[in-house]
Amino acid sequence: MLLISCPNCGPRDETEFHYGGQAHVAYPESPDALTDRQWAEYLFYRDNTKGAFAERWVHSTGCRQWFNMLRDTVSYDIQAIYKMGEPRPDVNTTAATTPEGAKK
Amino acid sequence: MSADHLPEHPDFLWRNPEPKSSYDAVIVGGGGHGLATAYFLAKNHGMTNIAVLEKGWLAGGNMARNTTIIRSNYLWDESAAIYEHALKLWEILPEELEYDFLFSQRGVMNLAHTLGDVRESVRRVGANKLNGVDAEWLDPQQVKELCPILNISDNIRYPVMGATYQPRAGIAKHDHVAWAFARKCDELGVDIIQNCEVTGFLKEGNRVVGVKTSQGTIHTEKVGLAAAGHSSVLAEMAGFRLPIQSHPLQALVSELHEPVHPTVVMSNHVHVYVSQAHKGELVMGAGVDSYNGYGQRGSFHVIEHQMAAAVELFPIFARAHVLRTWGGIVDTTMDASPIIGTTPVENMFVNCGWGTGGFKGTPAAGLTFAHTIATGAPHELNKPFALERFETGALIDEHGAAAVAH
Repeated sequence: MLLISCPNCGPRDETEFHYGGQAHVAYPESPDALTDRQWAEYLFYRDNTKGAFAERWVHSTGCRQWFNMLRDTVSYDIQAIYKMGEPRPDVNTTAATTPEGAKK
Repeated sequence: MSADHLPEHPDFLWRNPEPKSSYDAVIVGGGGHGLATAYFLAKNHGMTNIAVLEKGWLAGGNMARNTTIIRSNYLWDESAAIYEHALKLWEILPEELEYDFLFSQRGVMNLAHTLGDVRESVRRVGANKLNGVDAEWLDPQQVKELCPILNISDNIRYPVMGATYQPRAGIAKHDHVAWAFARKCDELGVDIIQNCEVTGFLKEGNRVVGVKTSQGTIHTEKVGLAAAGHSSVLAEMAGFRLPIQSHPLQALVSELHEPVHPTVVMSNHVHVYVSQAHKGELVMGAGVDSYNGYGQRGSFHVIEHQMAAAVELFPIFARAHVLRTWGGIVDTTMDASPIIGTTPVENMFVNCGWGTGGFKGTPAAGLTFAHTIATGAPHELNKPFALERFETGALIDEHGAAAVAH
């Protein structure tokens, strides 16, 4: 289980939170102008990074506020937690390993 | 259902050749789907100068990490067609592959716990019957008759209000399925190459012409990706994206018990699914972790939730001990249906997105993917499962029948 430091409430168990998928996916600026391909990209295509991944979480049973998190999807190491609207921080990622011990 | 009916442990069922410098086709991923694809490429299309590349050991990924359930009671016509075709293949494959992998058609019940569940389940039984899939609606008493250890009392949090039942569904020994396919592939001349990780692709313009691997460069005319949870990692290497999110999905087994559980019981609503393995372990599946992950393990709280549901439904499990837990990486799509077809890269094909249901689809995935790789065009069964559906909007929304919420 992840121990997540809510920016408002402090460290809490993962079970208090809900996952919101990839962060920094902006609404289309001119929806009318999108092609079917661009709509598909917006609705269904998300990064599926193996390694450091910026994602959104909401503290559902606490302050109910959304925030962003930079997490390694192999080691599950939480590298940064930052506010909605802030740019993705430049964190030196630790060398994560797969369960087999191989460098990713 | 006893240990003395288990097939012999295999000794050497396939060669371990060095990769050649070129093949007519290369399949990336030596799990059930990759092996089935290679088998049908050789058997149905006469393509025998082919290789299956596996970065770890044969069938050690999701093929070794599922709960072995086989059924075809899906809602939509497209899904019913492909999963039912798979089930029909399961019924003949032990003979065709000359290897008994203990396909046991002991039936699968999908429980209903709310009025909404009941309506949805009865609707699915109707849809199944229209599609020639065997299906029945059972009331709680009939549920109890089929699986006497189930608690059907109405004073639990989510009482059993009935179940759909597919008598032809069941389980198989997953390792033996993989070995059966691998053995036949090998007999047909397919090179199965283990410990061979794909590190990149060779392209001429937009056409793939080779694969870079940890065992050197392999030239090939066609590449089929069948790497489940790692499909989007491979796609990224090849220069395109897939609408896939990878999540850990975990399962567990108890120690051995006398035969107590004669069928397969699944519940979407309280979320647990249980069968008893041939040797006697209770095999239970849990949910996916909510977040993206490539670590082959799941969260403890997911198991806790699953155990609470299991003990309420099966009170006699309360004193069973968990022997082992494990996780696989499932490749989920937004409509909970697989992707089998062409990609934006010429001569590169993809079979992925089976999410939590890949094992049961193995033979049909192999058959249709082989057809697509050999002919460059979809088989009638995988046509609706093309990547283009995310653009056209012709989604196949199977969240209701997928059994694991994702």
